[in-house]
Amino acid sequence: MTSDKARYWLLALPALAVMVIFYIWPLASIWAISVTEPELGFGNYVRGAESQAVTTSFVITFRVAALTTVFCVILGYICAYAIANTIRRAKPLLIALVLLPFWVSVLIRSFSWIVLLGRSGIVNDALRDVGVIERPLRLMHNEFGVVLAMVHVMLPFAVLPLLANMRGISPAYTDAARGLGASELTAFRLVYMPQTLPGIGSAALLVFVLSLGFYITPALLGGGRVLMVSEYITYQIQEFLNWGLGSALSVALLVATALVLVIAGRFLNLKNALLERN
Amino acid sequence: MAGSTAPQTVGETARATPFRIAMSTGGWLVAAFLALPILVVIPVSLTDTSYIGLPKEGLSLQHYESYFTSARWLGGTLASILVGLAVAFFATVLGTAFSIGVWFLGGRAATIARWVLIVPILVPPVVQSLGFYRFWVQLGLIDTWTGVILAHTLLALPYVSISVFAALANLDPKLPQAARSLGANIWRTVWEVVVPAARPGMITGAVFAFIVSFDEIVGVLFITVRRVETLPKLIWEGIQDNIDPTIAAVATILVVISLIVAVISGLRRT
Repeated sequence: MTSDKARYWLLALPALAVMVIFYIWPLASIWAISVTEPELGFGNYVRGAESQAVTTSFVITFRVAALTTVFCVILGYICAYAIANTIRRAKPLLIALVLLPFWVSVLIRSFSWIVLLGRSGIVNDALRDVGVIERPLRLMHNEFGVVLAMVHVMLPFAVLPLLANMRGISPAYTDAARGLGASELTAFRLVYMPQTLPGIGSAALLVFVLSLGFYITPALLGGGRVLMVSEYITYQIQEFLNWGLGSALSVALLVATALVLVIAGRFLNLKNALLERN
Repeated sequence: MAGSTAPQTVGETARATPFRIAMSTGGWLVAAFLALPILVVIPVSLTDTSYIGLPKEGLSLQHYESYFTSARWLGGTLASILVGLAVAFFATVLGTAFSIGVWFLGGRAATIARWVLIVPILVPPVVQSLGFYRFWVQLGLIDTWTGVILAHTLLALPYVSISVFAALANLDPKLPQAARSLGANIWRTVWEVVVPAARPGMITGAVFAFIVSFDEIVGVLFITVRRVETLPKLIWEGIQDNIDPTIAAVATILVVISLIVAVISGLRRT
């Protein structure tokens, strides 16, 4: 049986080796860069912590990620509830509409929002033609535009875990509460909602973690004015060739992400939320 | 069914209350918010103007013409398709072997190995791209197709391993045991018993792997210079320049393909 075990490891090993050598190792060496360039020590971290721009960037990142998460969970909850409980005949259509964004690249979706929200974008043009505004509103290159587009990109990630959770809930409990005289709202609040807390947790975790490190949408819709950490790192490296600070901020972002996961792990079954989704 | 006469269950009687109407309406509004903004690229792609905006005097196919006559756009598209196919192949082979191995093994070490393989889902794209860049410089892989395919395969592996493992959850462990006790060796058991059970997950995983590669941009921005150009890279540069409606034509083509795929996969599911 021992030789069987060795053979099973032989199957698993190639992927594992490729991942460790070409992914985990380079990721770990970022940490080494952060404490060796330009000089040995934690100078990069000290400079980062003292820099107004860096702290602002982290504050913006957490605020945008938190706002995105809150909106995604609320909107995703309503949508998942409708699919799981109230919509009957048109359910496949609703599911298809929700999953459609998954098939369209994030770049294209961000481009759509630029077309809609730009200075001479479709929304501004329409409002001016109707006569509501005289000068174009600033709808992007600010946090509003970034959060709006991020909610659009992340929302399916919130709907799916919520839907998986709600599909496993038996209507019997809510029916029993109703039968015992609870109003529909009370039954929802006290009986249904508590059963969906794991789904809410998974949805929030997934959206928050993905939002923390998001680059494409904030970079395109922020127009350099909403500098989230990922974009700040890119600036440091591509414009200033400042690998030391860039790596230190990368490590900080990675640690922040890991902390979020550890904290979430106290309340959630991470194995269900991440390893066994779909 | 909304029109059924005699309610069958208690749940059926609870219809058309204000709460349910509010939730249904909300659900449709959210779906509209998800789907409609994507469709905006369609009218823009048909504009008769030379800047990005809605058509002014009439519809025009000029921007499709400039896509289909541009060697650069076509080259980028072809490159992305080929890279995506290569990534789908490598990630599916590696990821399937991995999932089958850890499925047999079980236990703590196997679970840790599964966590290691999904790390790329959780790491911010810019951070992993920094790692790629530094290591690819050492390996001489910067601005090479090999470098892009390798990076994308790593990013696709989590999706393949998750979906193959999910497919194997339906396989009764007694089946491979039976095959073994009937005299099949380990490799024949894997090939003739386990792989067929894993096939639905392999197909899903391969599709995901292709999409991951076809859409990937941050890694490509870091590890390529001028020789290697993928479709997302051309779109990214086009958006930064922000004048050429050809992008809207490309976006429309991709959205229409996505719509077709979404409809087909939706029909197959129901």
